[in-house]
Amino acid sequence: MTTFWTIWISIITLGSIAGSYMLLRWCLSNKTGVKEGESMGHEFDGIVELNNQLPRWWTILFYITIVWALVYLALYPGLGAYKGLLGWQSSNQTILSLEESEQALQASIESGALVQYDREIKFANEKYDPIFAEYAKVDIETLASNEEHADVLKVGQRLFLQNCAQCHGSDARGQNGGFPNLTDDDWLYGGTANKIVETLQRGRNAMMPAWLDAFGEEGIKEVVEYTLSLSGRQVNQALADKGKTRFMACAACHGMDGKGNQMIGAPNLTDNIWLYGGSKRAVTETLTYGRNGVMPAFNKTLGDDKIHVVSAYIYSLSNK
Amino acid sequence: MKNPHELIEKNVGLLTVLVLFAIALGAMAQITPLMFQQQTMEPVKGLKPYTALQMEGRDIYIREGCVGCHSQMIRPFRAETERYGHYSVAGESVWERPFLWGSKRTGPDLARVGGRYSDEWHRVHLLNPRNVVPESNMPGYPWLAENVLDGELIADKLSLFRDFGVPYTDEDIAGAKAAVEGKTEMEALIAYLQSLGTHLK
Repeated sequence: MTTFWTIWISIITLGSIAGSYMLLRWCLSNKTGVKEGESMGHEFDGIVELNNQLPRWWTILFYITIVWALVYLALYPGLGAYKGLLGWQSSNQTILSLEESEQALQASIESGALVQYDREIKFANEKYDPIFAEYAKVDIETLASNEEHADVLKVGQRLFLQNCAQCHGSDARGQNGGFPNLTDDDWLYGGTANKIVETLQRGRNAMMPAWLDAFGEEGIKEVVEYTLSLSGRQVNQALADKGKTRFMACAACHGMDGKGNQMIGAPNLTDNIWLYGGSKRAVTETLTYGRNGVMPAFNKTLGDDKIHVVSAYIYSLSNK
Repeated sequence: MKNPHELIEKNVGLLTVLVLFAIALGAMAQITPLMFQQQTMEPVKGLKPYTALQMEGRDIYIREGCVGCHSQMIRPFRAETERYGHYSVAGESVWERPFLWGSKRTGPDLARVGGRYSDEWHRVHLLNPRNVVPESNMPGYPWLAENVLDGELIADKLSLFRDFGVPYTDEDIAGAKAAVEGKTEMEALIAYLQSLGTHLK
């Protein structure tokens, strides 16, 4: 803030306080021409207005607020660029990037400056970091299976409810429309502890292309019949046979046997578990228009230690 | 006159003037300097103007009254930053007119909702929130998927914001209509939501 604005703010602020003080002093003297305690000359229904001083307790409170304001302005930033004797600030509001924010946070933690938010973070880190560090030492499989780590899984569940339940549901059973069930043993990108952590860290972007242009409507019908036959459904065999030749294109990702490929997140088509619905209509829609499932990355939101704990919770759901 | 205070007490016009003067003192000390402060005028390093589609989405956000239930202001408390991400800073809002910080949180804060969910999740959620969040009390907005943008006004909107100092280029404005024409309101709103809070890097 420039000097001009500092002076501007200081004059108005301190001037207002001085003005209030003078107004109070002025009001305390008797200017009515009527002696104290005598009638002001108004009467209504026997009720008379007397000339009384401002109440003493009220006047003292007024003085106290003035003193309070001056002390406050000395201690806290209130007068333009003046930072106050305490050097207090709520947060590092002038940062222009996350990097600057991190530097400012570290700087104020090291110097012990009175930045309210940074202090909160410091106390929280001192309290929770050792706990999460303990959790991080134990591998995910052990956390998930061992009775003595039940508390860890509760923490993981809490984090899951806050961050994951919006898509995967509070029971982690997923929802139709591309949000996978995490409690079964069917994994798109793999269900080992490492794979779960990787999914959470980096996110996933699935790419099922639209096949309308390549197959045509008739072709889509045929491939749908063949796809449904893979999971043992009753289908129109003639169409399915034709679809089988077209399925060569699908096999690039889903494999010749349709069992999918966890390297690229291509679902297994033979297990009758459907991400976007297994009705003929839903599968037709998937083939016609394609699907682009997205799992957002959580490395920035949660950080390594919390991802470790959430992963343990997710791992425990399908490995009871 | 015996009592000068009577002059104010019995003259409403004068009382009004003096009250306005007292209020103006507060505004002059608290509001005026902010308009000239570096901190409130300097954009964060990665700040980008809204694309034409995002700008249309922002107007839909305003039209549907989203700001009535969703704030876009993460306060510097750990309880908020743990849930929503880094607290909001002034440099992120320098091109916002009007700002949509809001003050009511019936739903969650959206200041950093960009990238938090997939486009598909937003689509399902806007059609009927209960399809993905069973306990949600947010209304559905199914008409957004049906209404198609004609892009008649978008070039004007962008050039208006350029007058406010947002760095739109001539190409941005010339291509604005083509960029939004034929898109649904749903796509525009999702594009806007996915941009929120992603510029502080």
